Amino acid sequence: MARFLLRRLAWFAITLWVVMSLSFALMRAVPGGPFDGERRLSAAIERNVAQRYHLDWPLWRQYLQYTGPLNLDEGRAGFLGGNGTRRFGGLLTGDLGPSFKHRDYTVNQIIAESLPISMALGIAAMAWALALGLGAGVLSAVRRGGKIDVGVRLIATLGIAVPNFVVASLLILVFSFGAGLLPVAGWGSARHLVLPALALGAPFAAHIARLARTGMLEVLSQDHIRTARAKGLPERIVVLRHALRGGVLPVVSYLGPAAAGILTGSLVIERIFAIPGTGTHFVNSALGRDYTLAMGVTLLYTALVYTLNTAVDVIYRLLDPRIELGGEGR
Amino acid sequence: MSGPTASPWRDARRRLLRDRPARISLLVLGLIGATSLAAPLLPLPSPVALDLALEPSAPVAPWAEFGRGGWSPEAYWKLSPPDQALLGLREAIFGDWQTSNWLGTDARGRDLLSRIVWGSRTSIQVALAATLCSLLFGVTYGAFSGLVGGRTDNLMMRAVDVLYSVPVIFLVIFLISALGEYRTRLAAHGIGHMTVFYLVIGGVYWLTMARVVRGQVLVLRETDFIQAARALGASRVRILIRHLLPNVLPVVVVYLTLTIPSVMLFEAFLSFLGLGVEAPMVSWGTLAVDGVEGINPIRPFWWLALWPSLAMGTTLLALGILGDGLRDALDPRMAPLLGGKHR
Repeated sequence: MARFLLRRLAWFAITLWVVMSLSFALMRAVPGGPFDGERRLSAAIERNVAQRYHLDWPLWRQYLQYTGPLNLDEGRAGFLGGNGTRRFGGLLTGDLGPSFKHRDYTVNQIIAESLPISMALGIAAMAWALALGLGAGVLSAVRRGGKIDVGVRLIATLGIAVPNFVVASLLILVFSFGAGLLPVAGWGSARHLVLPALALGAPFAAHIARLARTGMLEVLSQDHIRTARAKGLPERIVVLRHALRGGVLPVVSYLGPAAAGILTGSLVIERIFAIPGTGTHFVNSALGRDYTLAMGVTLLYTALVYTLNTAVDVIYRLLDPRIELGGEGR
Repeated sequence: MSGPTASPWRDARRRLLRDRPARISLLVLGLIGATSLAAPLLPLPSPVALDLALEPSAPVAPWAEFGRGGWSPEAYWKLSPPDQALLGLREAIFGDWQTSNWLGTDARGRDLLSRIVWGSRTSIQVALAATLCSLLFGVTYGAFSGLVGGRTDNLMMRAVDVLYSVPVIFLVIFLISALGEYRTRLAAHGIGHMTVFYLVIGGVYWLTMARVVRGQVLVLRETDFIQAARALGASRVRILIRHLLPNVLPVVVVYLTLTIPSVMLFEAFLSFLGLGVEAPMVSWGTLAVDGVEGINPIRPFWWLALWPSLAMGTTLLALGILGDGLRDALDPRMAPLLGGKHR
């Protein structure tokens, strides 16, 4: 297990490096910088701004500055937007740099402010997707061929087929405008969380229900279940204690991709519900060429996805002792 | 020699057609495809003809008002020659007659039914082309990796693992907004916005395909008939094309039915972020976005959200059911690999 985790850590570093270099290259390959606004600045001001953010440096030097704790500054004022008292330490020291668009904010500050919001949304969405998906999937497998089964399968297939922003708008129509129960948008109270979490989790609930159904059906046809039934255990115990553990394995292996999908989905959901989360910041920064903020969020999400995938592998191992944690394969 | 009934593909087709939900889905998809192909021929209003009004107008039931005149062949963007010909044929048959706004109009008075039909062309085109790109990348990469084996295989699969951990959507947003800046220069080389779009989306979806294909190739490589071919002195390329690829095909086909829906959803997602196809082109994604924007507390324009969602939902549902059916029909043994429904 320790070896497995160590190897994963090494690949983690490589992955982060690849993502960083790739997004650095992509962002800088684009003409048009973060300060190209509606109004043209005078050449002198433009030069000044470029100098302040080191945009006048050759790219390799900007790259090293970004990764680095190297001091390439030649005694100039600090890199940090703001009063220049703190020096930009570079990625390796955990400093993601100043935001180019949000003056006086560092990327770290923006993430610290917005990440808890996105996390709350993501965890709520995941929780309800898991609860509903597992429940529906198991029930559907147990009642195979019955009305519940047909209903669950139809709703699940439909749930996968409808984009989450459509679900969101239908939810707003029904619960906010129709019944007037929940706020349309915004953030601040638990009531603001309900609709976005429902919309964000819906496709994943559908996927999980399908996977749980398939997994349970497979386990329920195995010998040890027949044995459990033959020795007279009540069906409830057979399902919950003997079948569930093996039946949820496909769901567990889906959790990694699901978490990544929820991060992606929250880009849209945060926008619809005007939630000041990390996703909103990312979209705005990528479209507005806020180099450091966009890269910071990309790296953060890479790290999150990777960590979650590793955690899923470990959980998988705990649930199914037959699995060896040897290779890199998920 | 194998008679006609012994072909596994024929068997699969028979099994598929026995599956009623799959049969219905096939029919629905065929209808959607035909409608979308024949869009210029249908007596629909132009999807882009403006009829400026203060707000979207509600659907008019066909039995209340069936059709009206006033259609003009000028109100289209630059169509391809075959579409132009179809449009001419339509003018010859129907004159300036067009259907009423059966599904309502959008905020600029454009007929919604017509926009959905024309939008289906874009969506289907994007889905097919991007899936084809992912197919080419994925199959080539996976088959090569599996066939060569050893250290190269290991390295190639590690690269896929690394790419798997990349939150691809972020790179896609970078990429599309980046390439948007180069639009005019790319266009000079004959690379349109849509081509970029296919390539980028295809570039996202090839990873799983590569893995699936490589896994199959690894298994097949050790089977007796491949060994026999090798013993007979067949070259690697011949083994790959003649023996491996036909046997990988069933898995690829099933995986394709999973890829096409996700590509369609991805297109909608990109449209939502403003990175999708551009006016005057319409796609189901941009229509769904219009629908979301049409929802407001004073007068919710429900038809703007409902019909495009319904069109997209029906198509994806049919694709999903067809995929399930294909999975069961093509190879019962494959079911565990991809999560089949019959056990």
